[in-house]
Amino acid sequence: MSNPASTTHTPGVLPTGTEVLIEAVGLRKTFGDFVAVDGIDVQVHRGEAFGFLGPNGAGKSSTMRMIGCVSPVSGGSLRILGMDPALDGARIRARLGVVPQQDSLDGELTVRDNLYVYGRYFGIPRAECRRMATELLEFANLTDRADSLVDPLSGGMKRRLTIARALINSPEILLLDEPTTGLDPQARHVLWDRLFRLKRSGVTLVLTTHYMDEAEQLCDRLVVMDKGRIAAEGSPRSLIEQWSTREVLELRFDEDDLSPHARRVEGIGERVEVLPDRLLLYVDDGEAAGRAVHERGVRPLSSLVRRSTLEDVFLRLTGRSLVD
Amino acid sequence: MSLAAVVVERNVVTYRRQWIAFLTGFLEPVFYLFSLGLGLGALIGDITLPGGQVVSYPQYVAPAMLAMAAMNGAVFDATYNMFFKLKHAHTFDAMLATPIGPRDIALGEMAWSLVRSGIYVTGFLLISLAMGLVRSWWALLAVPAATLIGFVFSGLGMAATSWVRNYVDFDYIQMALVPLTLLSATFFPIEAYPAQVRWLVELSPLYHGVVIERGLMLGDVGPGLLVHAAVLVVVGSIALWVARRRLAHLLLK
Ligand SMILES: Nc1ncnc2c1ncn2[C@@H]1O[C@H](COP(=O)(O)OP(=O)(O)O)[C@@H](O)[C@H]1O
Ligand SMILES: [Mg+2]
Repeated sequence: MSNPASTTHTPGVLPTGTEVLIEAVGLRKTFGDFVAVDGIDVQVHRGEAFGFLGPNGAGKSSTMRMIGCVSPVSGGSLRILGMDPALDGARIRARLGVVPQQDSLDGELTVRDNLYVYGRYFGIPRAECRRMATELLEFANLTDRADSLVDPLSGGMKRRLTIARALINSPEILLLDEPTTGLDPQARHVLWDRLFRLKRSGVTLVLTTHYMDEAEQLCDRLVVMDKGRIAAEGSPRSLIEQWSTREVLELRFDEDDLSPHARRVEGIGERVEVLPDRLLLYVDDGEAAGRAVHERGVRPLSSLVRRSTLEDVFLRLTGRSLVD
Repeated sequence: MSLAAVVVERNVVTYRRQWIAFLTGFLEPVFYLFSLGLGLGALIGDITLPGGQVVSYPQYVAPAMLAMAAMNGAVFDATYNMFFKLKHAHTFDAMLATPIGPRDIALGEMAWSLVRSGIYVTGFLLISLAMGLVRSWWALLAVPAATLIGFVFSGLGMAATSWVRNYVDFDYIQMALVPLTLLSATFFPIEAYPAQVRWLVELSPLYHGVVIERGLMLGDVGPGLLVHAAVLVVVGSIALWVARRRLAHLLLK
């Protein structure tokens, strides 16, 4: 998990002396009149795992494509590895690994040839491509499927192959756009394990996700993105500390209108959120709050105390949930 | 040029398992040669070229079918296969995440379709030779000259494909190719047309290719052939430029 010391930093103020690999200032992306990315400021440092957390349509992929130098910047400035994507796109891409949101594996090639041919795209010599392909098959746990075409592979296998493929040029920065969306829990954990290994070996990870657990698991630092803008920035811990309480008391009711209950528990915690099927009470001590609810004569169907998550941060910042 | 070569290499690896598709495009002009050239030719008799040379009908038709082989070889990859990679397989999206750029893709895909076109043409020339349809040593230049035909149709095919929305749209391309095949002075001389509509035939790149190949294979060579070659170079270059621009526009949003 994240370095505990980092939680004492004010969000946005970073340890000095770290090399900045990606720097966006007022970065914008427009499609015609539509503004997909609306002036974001981002700095990514060497060796960290940096995340963009936000719901569908927040502008995460648009941002990732600009960083990947496959989408021209509409406004603001963007520098990657000290270079300008508009001028040095090919030189930047030579040092990036890209896992796009939409699979772009080559369906006409075998698993092994996908790795081999992709290495050739970087101009890596044939013998080196063959050696790397064998090594990466091992890393992705796909050695026994080496001669299969990619179509019959499971979703998790395809994703692992895509990540392996993105590593063929030993990139300094790995861009992962929703790496585990659509995967079952077990496949996600296998993938997370691979990403931890990469991070430990010094690769800088930049990922997008709309899963708060993924962001908490993988990211040292992240920005919460909504409607093309950055709503908050910091480590998962510091974001939760700043924007939420230590604990959350969830009260479930079997009724359509929960607002009367909400009024009755008002003041027990810092805040009450009304969701369609439950109330969320933001409190420091969930047990004590539970007793207070009982004393006021409120009888929920069930109640549950849990720690605050990034989901709560997002709800606080935008008034909506991450996954709809 | 080096990364364009890698784009070619990718196609070589995939085509190892697709040799049947490779064969069909080659057979079409061969069937034409047998059916129209030999079959119909027996009824038609000899043809007198503008230079006064008299040749048999199969000899007259074979160079045109060689030009058609060059066209077919280029068009298959530049249209259907191009569309598949562009819209369905996201092959180019994967390439563009690497140092490869739209220019490398356009050049590489073109070079690959020229390889295919060159193989068709060489095969066709050998068949013509075996059937006694080649009358001049100039025919040694038939394959290099056919590269120009491949160049034009590969460029035009890629450019046109960039506007294609779905597989139904390919009917329009097919609709353009059929009259091109039949009317580009392929099966009868351009002099058969009334003078007022000859310019229409001259708009067809295939016509210029046919004139060049006929000149070379039948030994009717003059400086005029260079003008026809220049037309192909100019049209092909413009088409390639358009194709590269369109690819960048479609893929780098
Ligand atoms: N090529 C495009 N043309 C027009 N609109 C686009 C294009 N790509 C993305 N958008 C729009 O931009 C917004 C942000 O999209 P995206 O960056 O994909 O968000 P996210 O990855 O966070 O889900 C969406 O509303 C999407 O419809
Ligand atoms: Mg996205």
